Amino acid sequence: MSVILILIPLSILIAACFLAAFIWAVRSGQYDDTDTPSMRLLVEDQAAERTSETTSMHDDKSNQR
Amino acid sequence: MRETYTETVCPEPDASVREPDCVAVEGAAACFHCGTPCPDGKWRSETKSFCCGGCLAVYELLAENGLADFYRLDGAAGVRVSQPVAPGRFAYLDDEAVRRRLVDFEDDRITRVTFRIPAIYCAACIWLLENLFRLCPGIGPARVHFSRKEVSIEFENRALKLSQVAEFLSSIGYEPELRFSDLREKPAAFERRRLWLRVGVAGFAFGNIMLFSIALYAGLDAFSGPRFETLFGFMSMILAVPVIVYSGSGYWRAVWIAVRRRILTMDVPVAIGIAAIAGRSGYEILSGTGHGYFDSLTGLVFFLLCGRLFQQKTYDRLSFDRDYTSFFPLSARRRDGAEETAVALSELKVGDRLVIRHGELIPADGRLIGGAACIDYSFVTGESVPVEENAGDYLFAGGRQMGGAIEVETVKPVAQSYLTSLWNQDAFRKGRRGEADGSANCDSGESFNSLTNRFARLFTPAILGVATAAALFWWIQDPSRVLNAFTAVLIVACPCALALAAPFTLGTAQRLLAERRIYLKHPDCIETLARVDAVVFDKTGTLTGAEAGEIRFEGAPLTGDEERWIRSMTRHSIHPAAVRIGKTLDDRRDPGNVASFLETPGQGMEGRVAGTAVWMGSARWLGARGVSVPENGNGLSSAVHVAFNGVYRGAYTLQTSLRPGAGALVADLAKTCELALLSGDRPGDSARFRDLFGAAASVRFDQSPLDKMEFIKGLHQSGRTVAMVGDGLNDAGALRQSDIGLAVTENAAAFSPASDVILEASRVGRLADLLDFSKRAIRVVRWSIVISLLYNVVGVGIAAAGLLSPVVCAILMPLSSVTVVGFGCGGAAWAGRRSGIAADPATANTAARRRVEPGMTATHRETEEGVKS
Repeated sequence: MSVILILIPLSILIAACFLAAFIWAVRSGQYDDTDTPSMRLLVEDQAAERTSETTSMHDDKSNQR
Repeated sequence: MRETYTETVCPEPDASVREPDCVAVEGAAACFHCGTPCPDGKWRSETKSFCCGGCLAVYELLAENGLADFYRLDGAAGVRVSQPVAPGRFAYLDDEAVRRRLVDFEDDRITRVTFRIPAIYCAACIWLLENLFRLCPGIGPARVHFSRKEVSIEFENRALKLSQVAEFLSSIGYEPELRFSDLREKPAAFERRRLWLRVGVAGFAFGNIMLFSIALYAGLDAFSGPRFETLFGFMSMILAVPVIVYSGSGYWRAVWIAVRRRILTMDVPVAIGIAAIAGRSGYEILSGTGHGYFDSLTGLVFFLLCGRLFQQKTYDRLSFDRDYTSFFPLSARRRDGAEETAVALSELKVGDRLVIRHGELIPADGRLIGGAACIDYSFVTGESVPVEENAGDYLFAGGRQMGGAIEVETVKPVAQSYLTSLWNQDAFRKGRRGEADGSANCDSGESFNSLTNRFARLFTPAILGVATAAALFWWIQDPSRVLNAFTAVLIVACPCALALAAPFTLGTAQRLLAERRIYLKHPDCIETLARVDAVVFDKTGTLTGAEAGEIRFEGAPLTGDEERWIRSMTRHSIHPAAVRIGKTLDDRRDPGNVASFLETPGQGMEGRVAGTAVWMGSARWLGARGVSVPENGNGLSSAVHVAFNGVYRGAYTLQTSLRPGAGALVADLAKTCELALLSGDRPGDSARFRDLFGAAASVRFDQSPLDKMEFIKGLHQSGRTVAMVGDGLNDAGALRQSDIGLAVTENAAAFSPASDVILEASRVGRLADLLDFSKRAIRVVRWSIVISLLYNVVGVGIAAAGLLSPVVCAILMPLSSVTVVGFGCGGAAWAGRRSGIAADPATANTAARRRVEPGMTATHRETEEGVKS
């Protein structure tokens, strides 16, 4: 049971890494706009299906990101 | 800068006005591009019909470049482009100083700029704008921010100029709105992000500390003794430190300000609570007597910050903080000798000669030098009829020229015009909510006197009182529990639910209203609306509407042929008056061909039909051509005079009439409020309005802005809460003077900065429902506060008895918060249904809807409705 004494600080460390990732995400502006991505999601799927023969490989990759 | 540009030019859709071919086929087809009904089948492509050359051109452009999916995404989602972009319209954007302040980023290859485009309103728009690179070589990735209606575009600056990008956007219907205020410093994005960071840190700490706490509550210490309690206690403390210091920093600042200025807001009890919890928990952990209440602390901060986040999202969507700089365009055309250059408004000097064209705004007070001026002052004086001015006359900034180009010599700088003085006068300036007294609630924007803050002023002393009483009680009974009880009361007296009750309820209410095209500046407006017991109306535009009036022809009755000629003429004009006249004429017969049609906007039109010269227009315009126009006795309605072959024939008088529902509205309101009508117009229609309002209400005409203000002051003195419903800037003073100002606008173009509420014209009939809704919403808030008080009573009772443990606290607080939030949001929806305001379906993003949220440009408005009369 005393292994918990090691596990807990370790898990806190890992959680802190996620917090750091969140902080990075906010600072790089990913939380500036939380509405448009939801609309963009619908749009791109339909477009990708229909125009697959006209878009290049490169375009496909960026559409599916 | 770069001197040469490669010859890459965006393919401009050829939107030049095509000569209409008058073999008319009356059809009711809807334009494939924008959805407006096509008057006839003139413009077609294969089986699709279009309403105008502009729409057809955009369709062809999209189809050629493989973007026809645009139409599959949202139906006829296009934006109508009825006027081709004038060349050189955006030329001022290439000016070094202007460009540098507008662009976000620039190096020798790429430039990135963010344009605000009010015409964005659906997913298809997003798709189209982000696929711009397919339409125009040189344009790179683009990213749309939907709620702010902005698009950030990257383009190769060797290939394209900034003005070309703007022109291209306009040509497909997405004209960027460029305002004077864009030239000023842009607010840092960091402010918004800070709230996210604080929420993230608080949530992180809250979640992890709760994990420890649950282990302890479930009895982990029974396994291995107090070691874990100590460990977990210290870890909680370490995790809580950033929350106290960083996430909660707003509250410390608030307390500092409150102490300095001796005012009490909701932040103060929150800070007291945080301090009490931190102190007590720290003591417990360090002395080994317990594991503290840090889970409640971090939970408290987290919930409160989530409430702030919710408020901020509502703010973002409906921001209409404007001063005069938002109202003015970015540039004007200055004439230096024979040349005309576009010059930024900030560079204008006294003595500059400006060329102002049809539909453009006069940016600064000046004197008319040349040209036929016909100024629409509806936003400055409220007069809906344009004023004709002579050379040498003084023209006010804010007026809009309707007619040919005029030349104006600037007399006062932009910042000192009558218009801006009207807006900036201290007498007109209401303290900006929350900031005038320096309250730190400017973060959440709550007004000092809002329900929440008033409650805080009762709550804080009450809690301190109870805590002291409990301490005294225990001092007598068992002195060892004094500190325990005192701090326990302060800990559990959860201001969380109280602080969340109003924001969530009112925020939900505000969104509900916005979906129904009633836009509140701030959720607190609902509180004021609930108290309103006097309503003052402005006549023009609020109770009357131009569309539904009666049209009569004054003069000898027209023969069938004459009607046909007139109808042929009116079909070529998009002027609302002409369209209305055309509608009243018999449309079964084929109209004739019109040769040499020429329209002078705002004044008249001429052409030859079947060999007869037909002139239709204002009396002055006809008079200038030698037609003697008899005096029109009824001065109030606008008239369109008709002359055939130079001989006066008669005139169409267009009556304005009441909006549908105005009668019912006045009757409804009269039950609960004192009513008044103050109009700046001449008393032509006074009898009709006196009948409508009845004897109890005051009906006055010829009111100047000052008269209106005085009247409202009078109402204030008799203790009433006044709502003013107006539509022009000449009401700006009255709108500010009143407790709440409602601006009525045809298209939510939102130009009155003194208004707290913006109402689309079609919504005026809902005013009584709006007041009822507000009353109910406030009732919901009061009940939410009662619920949170009940939780508090239970909690404080336990605490005062010295029985508080971390478990109780940890359960009570989230429970109360969730209950209050749920009740508030649900209650707001209930209030909507009961008051009848939710009766209209929400009209968020239907393609058929042509309304846009506040911020739509004046030029876009014109594109939509043609030349305003």
